Amino acid sequence: MAELKVDCAGKNCPVPLIEMRKAIKKATKGDVVEIRGDHPASKKEIPMAVESLGQELLEVTEDGKMWTIRIRKVKE
Amino acid sequence: MPGKTSIIVHSGEMDKIYSALIIGSGSLSMGMEVSMYFTFFGLLRLKKDGLDKGSLSKMNMLGLGRWMVKRRMRAAGVEELHKLMSDFRELGGRIIACEMTMEVMGITRSQLREDLIDEYGAVGTYVNEAKDSQITLFI
Repeated sequence: MAELKVDCAGKNCPVPLIEMRKAIKKATKGDVVEIRGDHPASKKEIPMAVESLGQELLEVTEDGKMWTIRIRKVKE
Repeated sequence: MPGKTSIIVHSGEMDKIYSALIIGSGSLSMGMEVSMYFTFFGLLRLKKDGLDKGSLSKMNMLGLGRWMVKRRMRAAGVEELHKLMSDFRELGGRIIACEMTMEVMGITRSQLREDLIDEYGAVGTYVNEAKDSQITLFI
């Protein structure tokens, strides 16, 4: 099981959402995707997309303006 | 739960092409299928070197407004249209080119970015896409 890291610091709409989707697509079942960014809306939209995609949201953490979202790919 | 989005890209103005590609790639990111039907002035943006040639829909000011908006977009971390288009394609978004517009405007396939286009079609193709879509937009 691999861990994929995606850095979207300084990126605006819709980049963090797209990069999350691309990483989930590249990952294999069981892998964890960690995405980091500072675009405020993406912090709530990425979890919405994770639910819509049927993947597992592991955690959302914040450090000042930065957020980190961890997702496990549970289905192809 | 994921469904389908179909967008008619009628305008060739830069800001509207941005809107169309942002909504298209956003829909793909949420797990939906997407098709974008390029017609009239929108089709011009599928010409070779045409993607970012459109003017601003408001305050273009002979290109000055366009230049300013592009500069501010870059500063705000907004991606270029070319990147949005390649992400749209990478995530499986489909592009349909309107054959009637090609005839009216005298555009041949070889003048278009054939590498981006999945299908050439007419209104029936769009309606067939839209009838199964939960989101359909005319931009």
